[in-house]
Amino acid sequence: MSEITGEILIKGGFIIDPAQKIDGDVGDIAIKDGKIVDRVSNAAKVIDAKGKVVMAGGVDVHSHVAGPKVNVGRLFRPEDKLFKSGITHAPTRMEMGFSIPSVLKTGYDYARMGYGFVMEAAMPPIHAPHVHEEIHDTPIIDEGALPVFGNNWFVMEYLKKGEVENTAAYIAWLLKVTKGFGVKVVNPGGTAAWAWGMNCLGIEDHVPYFDVTPHEIMTGLMAANEYLGLPHSIHVHQNNLGNPGNYPTTLESLKLAEGVKTHNKFGREQVMHSTHLQFHSYGGDSWANFCSKAKEVMDYVNKQKNITIDLGCVTLDETTTMTADGPFEHHLHALNHLKWANVDVEMETAAGVVPYIYDKDVVPNGVQWATGLELALYAKDPMRTFITTDHPNAGPFIRYPRVIKWLMNQKSREAVLASMKKVDKVIDLTNIHTIDRELNLYEIAAMTRTGPAKCLGLCNYYGSLKPGMIADVAVYDLNYKNMPSDPEKIESAFLRSAAFVKSGEIVVREGEVLSHGHKKTVWVNPIMKENPQVKRDVAQSFAKDYTVGLTNYPVREYLAPHPFVIDVNVEA
Amino acid sequence: MATVTLKPTKTPDIMLEANAITPDAFAGKTASQIAGLEGRVGKTYVTLGDFFEVSGNAGATAAETDIVVAGDCSRVKYIGSKMTAGTVTVKGNADMYVGGWMKGGKIHITGNVHSFCGIAMEGGEILVDGNAENHVGCAYRGDWRGMKGGTIRIKGNAGNDIGTFMLGGTIIVEGDVFIHVSTHAEGGTVIVKGNVEGRVGGQMVKGTIYVFGAIKFMMPGFKKVDRVELEVDGTKATFDHYIGDLGERHTKSKGKEIFADLYVKV
Repeated sequence: MSEITGEILIKGGFIIDPAQKIDGDVGDIAIKDGKIVDRVSNAAKVIDAKGKVVMAGGVDVHSHVAGPKVNVGRLFRPEDKLFKSGITHAPTRMEMGFSIPSVLKTGYDYARMGYGFVMEAAMPPIHAPHVHEEIHDTPIIDEGALPVFGNNWFVMEYLKKGEVENTAAYIAWLLKVTKGFGVKVVNPGGTAAWAWGMNCLGIEDHVPYFDVTPHEIMTGLMAANEYLGLPHSIHVHQNNLGNPGNYPTTLESLKLAEGVKTHNKFGREQVMHSTHLQFHSYGGDSWANFCSKAKEVMDYVNKQKNITIDLGCVTLDETTTMTADGPFEHHLHALNHLKWANVDVEMETAAGVVPYIYDKDVVPNGVQWATGLELALYAKDPMRTFITTDHPNAGPFIRYPRVIKWLMNQKSREAVLASMKKVDKVIDLTNIHTIDRELNLYEIAAMTRTGPAKCLGLCNYYGSLKPGMIADVAVYDLNYKNMPSDPEKIESAFLRSAAFVKSGEIVVREGEVLSHGHKKTVWVNPIMKENPQVKRDVAQSFAKDYTVGLTNYPVREYLAPHPFVIDVNVEA
Repeated sequence: MATVTLKPTKTPDIMLEANAITPDAFAGKTASQIAGLEGRVGKTYVTLGDFFEVSGNAGATAAETDIVVAGDCSRVKYIGSKMTAGTVTVKGNADMYVGGWMKGGKIHITGNVHSFCGIAMEGGEILVDGNAENHVGCAYRGDWRGMKGGTIRIKGNAGNDIGTFMLGGTIIVEGDVFIHVSTHAEGGTVIVKGNVEGRVGGQMVKGTIYVFGAIKFMMPGFKKVDRVELEVDGTKATFDHYIGDLGERHTKSKGKEIFADLYVKV
């Protein structure tokens, strides 16, 4: 990778950096050779940020942007690209798609929004080479990927016997060979049960054959994660996603973090990240009385300091759902009768893909829209609450600026609510109409960069404008002292940054992409003493169960040619 | 009404994508402005004037604009696509996507059309004096929302995949059709005056098909229920009435399952 050299001075903007508790002070940001520094020489390139807001590059904690299920979505939804692919102009290449954009469009759109780091939220380990190929082909943004562990046969065998150390050794091995970042858990046990046509809707349900429960899987993985001291905590997509009345299951799962202590050297304070919480915060017992329980869920999250959450906001778009929660996708297909793709990933996980249209005139969709926003508006700590759309499940990531607009401006939320055909019903079933809170830019910065960076254990690299950080800096055309009265201007400012500097290189000006940047793949390398039992178990399983040989399994160096490796020394 | 005439002056090397040949794009423009409208050849932008001699100014609105293309358009795609009113007449053949996503107005092609004629059409009329290739009045690839309204009449033969995922409107093929008629349809009417090779109504949920000729290979998912006298497109005849596709899910209305109807002339 060619080193980025040169000096840039971002001059006179309103600086917002929750990591340094800076809220709107006018100042300069100096950049040299890819890092933020104290000062630069007079030769520095100057970006005039006067009257504009300056933040660190955005950090996305959870997004499905690379890998086999994303590609299945692209392949089986050609209509997602219809009328959405114009002739391109140099230096950019052809961009395609809406809810499942091509790799190029993914990189460009994140960069246009001023995002510098994106976490691919679910990597099937055996398909890690494909995930890394796609990550490598996605320009500009740095990315990592979370391998899925919650239905892995090794994990379930070890945790059935309560073997945390062996689980940890297996995690360490798998992160290394897949160049993975951390521990993702999707519908723990439920996806494995799906191979028998079953599911685990509650955390005490038994996984067929393995005779372990979602409770034991989550508790065990949490202990193994802290044993290793990984940068990120376990990252959990809970059981019973999307169903009426699922919030008690959600609270039971969150309570598993009670009393668990963090153990890491990366500044992370949580032991569990609960993702796309919107899909897990429902009351009622049918689609007729399906309602928001965002308040009940956030009341718990607010007082339980060692958990973090991301929203998974429904954006009321036509989108493509895709998840390793195989049984859920079958359930969704039975509801909307649209096309369905399903795959079992040997030994490890499964996945499903179904298109979905979130229609503002359908009451449950209106309730989902409100629930996502309520979670953010009830949040007491924006450093533990992150803006996502579970891209593309609840909506495409290019809607983040729209979600920000709704959170910052009550009038814009009320306008959406008023446009719903069954507005009275949606108001009855949610609390959104009673909330007058409007988030400010400082809170938005915490929810979109500083908070997620801390949660991922990356706060020494991303999410702040402190000297020494990677120089990811976004400039947005918003006047901190005089915010626009038209909420649409909030959305357009965040959608097309006035300038975005990625790793010390100007990649976007006035919303136009100027360069393909110097992207990096971030992965975690746990260094620990070899565990002979796990080594033997893995060798035996590959000889007996897997369709690939052990030597063909690891991700080769050439598939991730620009690595940014975080070493973790595991003290045994 | 005002008539704009386009006389082809050059055959494009690769296909010309002329989405601008619609009364909507022409409305309110002079002949020279129309000649400046954009088209695409591969990844390059061109103008209509590069390929046509334009004469006559358009009317103030699409409804007051008639377009006559006086010559062959075998290498011109998207003629009349997305149009809402007015008329387009092509004196010769036309390439793919004639009247695609069309909402209103009339298109008359005196020669043959290539594939995707009337794809995802919502309203208006398309008349083709010659033959059509495949995918007449079908859905866009991957989409489950096909033709919703309007009428397509092909006086000659048509190829495969007619009315796929159709939801409404009417397709009349006066000649023969090969395979796949109204596959996955949930509404609409397809009338075939000639013969069909097979795969008629596969996975069809709702909608109607009339076949005046013979179906060489009948789908196993259709069941004969009765014999009826009907007047179809101006012709009175006796038809065998089938329902199906029995292998598909079907909605219920007043406790009764709704099937797709297939009528084959006796």
